[in-house]
Amino acid sequence: MWKFVVRRILIMIPQLVVLSILVFILAKVMPGDALSGLVETPGVDSSTIEDMRTTLGINDPVHVQYLNWIKGLSQGDLGTSYIHQRPVLELLEARLWNTVYLSAAILFLTYLIAIPLGITAGRFHDSLIDKLIVGYNYITYATPLFIFALLMLFVFGFQLQWFPTGGSADINLEPGTFSYYMDKIYHLLLPALSGALLATVGTIQYLRNEIIDTKMKDFIKTAKSKGVPEAKIYSHHILRNSFLPIAAFLGYEITGLITGSIFLESIFSYPGIGQLFLQSISQRDFSVVTALVMVTGVATLIGTLLSDIILSLVDPRIRVE
Amino acid sequence: MSNDDILLQVEDLTTSFRIDEQFYPANDHINLDVYENEIVAIVGESGCGKSAFGHSIMGMHHQEQTKISGKIHFKGADLLSYSNTQLNKVRGKEISMIFQDPLTALNPLMIVGKQIEEGMKYHTKLSKNKRKQKAIEILNEVKIPQPERVYSQYPHELSGGMRQRIVIAIAIACEPSLIIADEPTTALDVTIQARIIDLLKELKRRMKTSIILITHDLGVVSEMADRIAVMYAGEFVEIGEVKRFLKNPLHPYSKSLLYSLPSKNNQGEKLHVIKGVVPSLNHLQRQGCRFKPRMNGTDDSIHEETPTLREVEKGHWVRCTCYKHFQIENSHQVVEEEKDDVFQGQ
Amino acid sequence: MTFFKVNNLKVYYPIRGGIFRRVVNHVKAVDNINFELKRGETYALVGESGCGKTTTGRTVVGLTKATSGEVIFNNLDLTKCNRKQIHESRREIQMVFQDPYSSLNPKKTVYDIVAEPLRNFENLSKSEEREQVEYFMQKVGMSRDSLFKYPHQFSGGQRQRVGIARALTLKPKIIIADEPVSALDASVQAQVLNFMQDIQEEFGLTYLFISHDLGIVRHMCNRIGIMYKGKFVEEGTREDIYENPQHIYTRRLIASIPELDTDQHQNSELLRKNIEEEYQKENDKYFNEDGSVMDLKPVSDTHFAALR
Repeated sequence: MWKFVVRRILIMIPQLVVLSILVFILAKVMPGDALSGLVETPGVDSSTIEDMRTTLGINDPVHVQYLNWIKGLSQGDLGTSYIHQRPVLELLEARLWNTVYLSAAILFLTYLIAIPLGITAGRFHDSLIDKLIVGYNYITYATPLFIFALLMLFVFGFQLQWFPTGGSADINLEPGTFSYYMDKIYHLLLPALSGALLATVGTIQYLRNEIIDTKMKDFIKTAKSKGVPEAKIYSHHILRNSFLPIAAFLGYEITGLITGSIFLESIFSYPGIGQLFLQSISQRDFSVVTALVMVTGVATLIGTLLSDIILSLVDPRIRVE
Repeated sequence: MSNDDILLQVEDLTTSFRIDEQFYPANDHINLDVYENEIVAIVGESGCGKSAFGHSIMGMHHQEQTKISGKIHFKGADLLSYSNTQLNKVRGKEISMIFQDPLTALNPLMIVGKQIEEGMKYHTKLSKNKRKQKAIEILNEVKIPQPERVYSQYPHELSGGMRQRIVIAIAIACEPSLIIADEPTTALDVTIQARIIDLLKELKRRMKTSIILITHDLGVVSEMADRIAVMYAGEFVEIGEVKRFLKNPLHPYSKSLLYSLPSKNNQGEKLHVIKGVVPSLNHLQRQGCRFKPRMNGTDDSIHEETPTLREVEKGHWVRCTCYKHFQIENSHQVVEEEKDDVFQGQ
Repeated sequence: MTFFKVNNLKVYYPIRGGIFRRVVNHVKAVDNINFELKRGETYALVGESGCGKTTTGRTVVGLTKATSGEVIFNNLDLTKCNRKQIHESRREIQMVFQDPYSSLNPKKTVYDIVAEPLRNFENLSKSEEREQVEYFMQKVGMSRDSLFKYPHQFSGGQRQRVGIARALTLKPKIIIADEPVSALDASVQAQVLNFMQDIQEEFGLTYLFISHDLGIVRHMCNRIGIMYKGKFVEEGTREDIYENPQHIYTRRLIASIPELDTDQHQNSELLRKNIEEEYQKENDKYFNEDGSVMDLKPVSDTHFAALR
């Protein structure tokens, strides 16, 4: 097992190098730089800007700039945000955690809704209840997130006023106190629920199909021929086999959520990295954008590794060496 | 054999499957007695209804897709009148099943020991430790080397022959009085097949179990079974002792099957070919002799209008009178144009 | 001039291990085998699953790459010649697959399936193509009505005949038949075997017949090679193998054939037991210390066995 993990981490190194080069090139080919905006600012002449460029290293040869950037990255220095005038790392920290909370909440709620529905639909497939669940699936599949989220915000946030309409916590509360954490959860609920209700599609469909498939397998017949009661056949034989692909998908799901929360965070004005990403693009805050792309890239790689590890843990046929 | 030795008595069993909202019988009013401590083989080609027969006894069919009528007497009760809960007390304990493909018949995520024990959990009061001990004993019994080690292995870690031994171990775990073996050696290599045959025969001798052997392979029947029941299009066409049957098969279908096999005696000659194909369930002509369309140049007068299974000598039953007029021609018929045989996919 | 010959054929698959996935060993699927096909004969490769018989067949038609060795046909080494030569030789060596249910494209009509090789190799006009397809469909005993039906509308035996018609259209010299009847019922099996014998005479075909069923092999084949763990343990004519088997593995295989004659059961059971005992006891007579098969030694002009 450890050999497998070490090997996978070693493989990640070239992947990261390629990713960083791509991100760096993309950032470089964008027109202008953080100082372009200063041109023709009263009191700043062009030679001052050139001097600043030289001190900031922008005039160095490209490969030197790249190496400096990588050096910074490896020391945890993601650069400085021009717009916010703060180190990117500092900027990211709080928001990254907010996004992680939101993603975890979405994932939790998704499974809370999807697993019982998927099992019910699979077990009683072709019955009325199955048709209702599949119907729900079609509707959520066809609903665009940004419209659904706006609707949820409008109905539950503004009309019924059950939930707050923005932010991640009340600023008047002392961080670290119990009521602060409760308030954080309170702020999370509406965006998480909006995301989860639409995210259930994949899990329900997967689980339903897997259960229907597994039901037909020969080893289920073997179990039945042993005299195992139906409820036990489900709990001992069908469910574990049907959960395999879902467990395996968990890693990808996590990265998908982290990168996919852009809409949710903007609509609910929730201060996470998705919202930051959109802001930074529109404000041409490229050091933040490149840092975010790097972070999500790393998260994706870790997610796939996680998926492989989970799969090898739950499926004895895949024993990685 | 007397009536007292009858273990299982199938009476007028009809099992119908739903195809496009209609039910078609795959077993049509069949009768069969299974005696204690015997191996009776159900033989026929794919689609003849032999697996449906085994599944009916175990109550394994999908309830909405199947209709069953008739009686299956077993130890003083009619299994067909049993509820699912009652059947669960019989399955695995009194009657168990061996499946064709040992790889798919085992749960890939469960160690084999647990799969052998599972039945005991529901049928005996043995403690966890006792169950494990018993499972290892059974592994020994099916001649698995290093049973303690194999106990905690997963199916994919074992070879095909070993896996089939596990499937057999599961079937004998609660010492049932009847085992239904559905093509138990078809998926195996010949040398392994030979050993599994020997193992099943030995288990039958030692445990005094009866076996219903469902197979298409007359060689396996010859090696294993005491009696044979040949099935064609959902009916038994011939029932008799294997020894006598192999020397002197009577029904045209039985004869044709036997002569279509390559053997030492017909080396280099053309094999006998039955014309046409096995009719599918929903296109089967259910009046008269069902084998008639596949016989060459016979006139209708030799068939009965409503063929019955008749005892022609003691313990040897044949359906329809056409067998009296049937000869295998040595010269094989050239494959002819098969306009009518285009198979309507089921 | 040799018609078709396989020399020192090896097909190895690497086993990788360690953090850097270095090649640590090889699976020797086919390990240094030699055999020759004579024009018009039926040669059988026999063995149990995993013995390398299918890999050998696939390598001969070019579906699997040989690690080393030669496959000589028309005085050309098929493992080394260029694309064009391979393309040409491929039309003369055709394959019939085991499973008539999965080896035919379900979305194509029988006509398109049979015409496909013609379209790949020959530039025929529509009417010429039609003529050819109809000719071969008639040869395999299929009516004109069936031309535009789909594979699922046919029974297993009919599908296998379509598979054979497809293999015949290019008038090949050799047909590799990989377990052509093992997915079929007994009566259908007889039909296909008879038919294969008929077309062999008519078209002067040479068969490489790959099978695990020794009963069918005895019925169909002139010469037989028995494979075990990627190597030949014995090779000879039908009489050599069935009447005078030398290697313990061959004897074990033959003794495993279920006996239809119930009077013989006592004998065959005893025979099986004796062979099994000898197999355990005298292992060193037939196998090297590491369990591998020995090299073939001549027993007679036609008969070879891997003995010490």
